[in-house]
Amino acid sequence: MKQVAITNFGNTKFSRDDITIESSLLSATKSLFDQTPNLTQKDIDVVLVSTNENSKYLSAILSELSGITPKISHTVENLCSSGTNAIVSAYSYIASGLGNVALVVGGDRYDSPGQILEWDKSRGEYKHPIFWATLFTKSYKRKYNISTENLAIVSVKNHRNAKDNPNAYSNKTYTIDDVLNSKNLTEDLRILDCSRPCTGSSAVLLTSENFARKFSDTPVWLKGIGQKTTSASFTKNLDLTQMNSTKEAAKIAFDMSKLTSADVDVVEIHDAFSVCEPMILEDLNFAKKGEGLSLSKNMYDTFDRKINPRGGLIGTGHPLGATGVSQTVEVVQQIQGKAEKRQIENANIGLVHNMSAAATSSTVLLLKS
Amino acid sequence: MNFESELKKGNFVIGTCTDCDRVVWPPSNLCNSCFGKITWKKASLMGKLIEYSKKNDMDFCLAEFENGIRIMGDLILKSKKPKIGAQIKLEKCGISDGCYSFVMELK
Repeated sequence: MKQVAITNFGNTKFSRDDITIESSLLSATKSLFDQTPNLTQKDIDVVLVSTNENSKYLSAILSELSGITPKISHTVENLCSSGTNAIVSAYSYIASGLGNVALVVGGDRYDSPGQILEWDKSRGEYKHPIFWATLFTKSYKRKYNISTENLAIVSVKNHRNAKDNPNAYSNKTYTIDDVLNSKNLTEDLRILDCSRPCTGSSAVLLTSENFARKFSDTPVWLKGIGQKTTSASFTKNLDLTQMNSTKEAAKIAFDMSKLTSADVDVVEIHDAFSVCEPMILEDLNFAKKGEGLSLSKNMYDTFDRKINPRGGLIGTGHPLGATGVSQTVEVVQQIQGKAEKRQIENANIGLVHNMSAAATSSTVLLLKS
Repeated sequence: MNFESELKKGNFVIGTCTDCDRVVWPPSNLCNSCFGKITWKKASLMGKLIEYSKKNDMDFCLAEFENGIRIMGDLILKSKKPKIGAQIKLEKCGISDGCYSFVMELK
């Protein structure tokens, strides 16, 4: 199988701007072209758009607006992990030889229809994500004897990291008390424990080995890919304190890359809600069971940005189709030494974790310099 | 007869495959093991509490019924303190504005 690199990226600021999805996707594409001097529209074989918007034919529309006439173009939708699913699709097209250069652009608006999974009727009237997050939170806190105050460190840390991310939705820092005193959405969830829906797009360029150095002196290689879908229904999650799809996706990605969690220098994980961060750290084998939160607190106390350097979903915002691409952009920037104020010293290996619908499906990517 | 038509009448039914006898959940027209046809029967209304929380004054929960079927819905406590694993009863179910609704009471 051919090697596949991510060479370049583009971003928009995440905001509550009321702009069309087409305009947002085009802005991220322009940002990528602006940062890739050797790239012309004719170089691109594949255009994939990851989004949950109801608008039709978006990859063809984006191609036309960008002056690209690709061989392959289509939309990828898989709720919150649409972005990494599109990257995996682009990887597959290149690895199989169907294309050499793929543009992946993920985006959504603040009012994206992907926020609610209407199909999952077993949730009854409790369809909004805050309800599964609440039940995860309650179970995790009980099992590991964790207080609401303990858990607030995730939001405090990730908002602090986001302060140095010029594209983040949030540019404020918060204290533990701010989190505790923020609006109660449920008995177990404050509004500052939650990622916010917003408008934004991110883009990455994937290339085959032969084309990588045409566009970048520092290509980042996709060394491991793991994906797992365990169900679509939240109620099929038998253990509310772990994410089985994440555990399985991580094993596949680590096996493929021949890397372990100990090798990883920078991690972007899907902290849709505060409790997700410790759960995922444990399921990715960065922490033992029940010790994920201690790791997050240690990162905060020591000003270590290794976990969610761009501010996670909580600090950066969560335009669903953009999120997995934006997470990947951050890891690529870190490995290329382009993360500016957020730069982690000697970052050579990075991990992206992106998931959907209460972790009923997960993607794990491992990237290496 | 299917899950939704029965739910509209306030009945909670579960589907079983006519070929391999497996219980199929969530409700579907075909078995997710062998794609056989489904037959419907009334389910036991007794289950156990898996998890619970509260939004404003409304308690809600995740409950498990026979064959591991799990649903979310309102939880009526009647001054009792909820405990994980406690017995609950599905008191009411239906469809309102296209949305399934389930009401469980702690026993």
